[in-house]
Amino acid sequence: MANVISDETIEYVGILAKLELSGEEKERAKKDMADMLDYIDQLSELDTTDVEPMSHIFPLHNVFREDVVTNGDDSANTVKNAPQEKDNMFRVPRTF
Amino acid sequence: MELLNLTAVKLAEKIKAGEVSAVDAVQAVLAQIEKTEETYNCYVTIDREGALAEAERVQREIEAGNLTGPLAGVPVAIKDNMCTQGMLTTCSSKILGNFIPTFSSEAVVNLQKAGAIIIGKTNMDEFAMGSTTETSAFGATRNPWNDAHVPGGSSGGSAAAVAANECFYALGSDTGGSIRQPAGYCGVVGMKPTYGTVSRYGLIAYGSSLDQIGPLCKDVTDCATIMEVIASHDTKDSTSMPREDYNFTEALVDDVRGMKIGIPRDYFGEGLDPEVAAAVKAAAKVLEEKGAIVEEFDLDLVGYAIPTYYTIAAAEASSNLERFDGVKYGYRAEDADELHRMYKRTRSEGFGPEVKRRIMLGSFVLSSGYYDAYYLKALKVKALIKKAFDEAFAKYDIILGPVAPTTAPKLGESLSDPIKMYLGDIYTISVNLAGLPGICLPCGLDEKGLPIGLQLIGDCFAEKKLIQAAYTYEMARGAFEKPAGREE
Repeated sequence: MANVISDETIEYVGILAKLELSGEEKERAKKDMADMLDYIDQLSELDTTDVEPMSHIFPLHNVFREDVVTNGDDSANTVKNAPQEKDNMFRVPRTF
Repeated sequence: MELLNLTAVKLAEKIKAGEVSAVDAVQAVLAQIEKTEETYNCYVTIDREGALAEAERVQREIEAGNLTGPLAGVPVAIKDNMCTQGMLTTCSSKILGNFIPTFSSEAVVNLQKAGAIIIGKTNMDEFAMGSTTETSAFGATRNPWNDAHVPGGSSGGSAAAVAANECFYALGSDTGGSIRQPAGYCGVVGMKPTYGTVSRYGLIAYGSSLDQIGPLCKDVTDCATIMEVIASHDTKDSTSMPREDYNFTEALVDDVRGMKIGIPRDYFGEGLDPEVAAAVKAAAKVLEEKGAIVEEFDLDLVGYAIPTYYTIAAAEASSNLERFDGVKYGYRAEDADELHRMYKRTRSEGFGPEVKRRIMLGSFVLSSGYYDAYYLKALKVKALIKKAFDEAFAKYDIILGPVAPTTAPKLGESLSDPIKMYLGDIYTISVNLAGLPGICLPCGLDEKGLPIGLQLIGDCFAEKKLIQAAYTYEMARGAFEKPAGREE
């Protein structure tokens, strides 16, 4: 089955992925994604009826611990990595 | 220089005996870096002053008898996707080009407690997405055996640094073969432990259900010794598995009598270079002569591992890489006057093409309407692949095969055709899907003089069997050659 990725699909994926692609990048992405999906489609040859999806290889369940603070306040160093900060807080462009 | 040719364990012995100091070792590595780094580009960051200062401190601790472990005083290189407190950690990406972590990853902390001295951070494929180290935002790394060839990837900088004597050992991470394949291409030993054995705390995630940290080093003894130091149960990683036995060096035993080794026929099919096939078969013969029972068998679903892997890894990557948005750290696009535009531009300018390709594929396979057909289907096939391995390990102690279909390709030959590049992962990725341990060690050279990697795969938690078989093979093989072009 040959997959064809429409302009709308690439736009939609761009929104989900929070990526802004140039015209050239979009064309390339359409081709790459169609090729990959063609390739991935070979999985449909396998009968997986009644097979449980395996998200984790070990029977691990939720791991809980007490919510106790073990580290000190390192906010000054954390904020140092921010592209912009103000009064020990992250600064971002206007949100609305 | 002779000092540089020592293994990590041998160097530590000499430091302990007072024959050389940790400072001598760091100086020797820095001198080697001075000579060859311009050619190979193994590192993103080299911390000369920090390493020398730490060497002096560690040397004092060794002399005072406070540091007595088997790696104390030995210089190590860390892949640049593991956080190192106060030291630039970039994932070889523009988007993290200025990120200085406020904490260190657990594996690094474990090494430092054992007296390791961090020389610097090694180059990699951007966010560990690639098989050649060519997708790095800081230039490709070159293979010390022949600098026209790639070192493999994504831990290519770590593998090349070990092969070039620019460190005594290194840490890498393996999501689909990223320790084992570059180890194979660079003629060094690399191990991917059972999932959950080494804490992922502080490892910048790519595919969280697949990622594992492991060693790249000069021989199997170093490998077992490093494993013993870095493996630990860590409550900061909820997928960390407590293990009963961390005494990996106990398995350094030259004996495979009665060990059952299976060779999957499907690993020797179309696409495998005949020279690689011959070298790997010869290695199997060596183990057979040492008393192992070697048989060929049919491992199911080999070809389906690649599409399964790329679906799951891309899905997890698209989720994990959401955090890079230009707010808390790293690169931010300039002049965006609105928050969402800032996110989009930051990510579009900050990520390279291969990372964007996988984020987009991952977003698609997780999107409403396609989730069942792609992502859920892949998780079901993963269950079938795991079952195929379970059946194999009911019959065999170890699975033996090549690590990659060819030796290291030339630079510039791989990136134009992604699917062809992904096919090169066929022998390594199913190991990550099934959470198994795997080790790669050199077993010969091809006509071009490039190393060929032998891969041994074990059942979950069976690292010691792997180490024992690898050690036995290594004893029979003898010392492996060194890159011819390397200046000593």
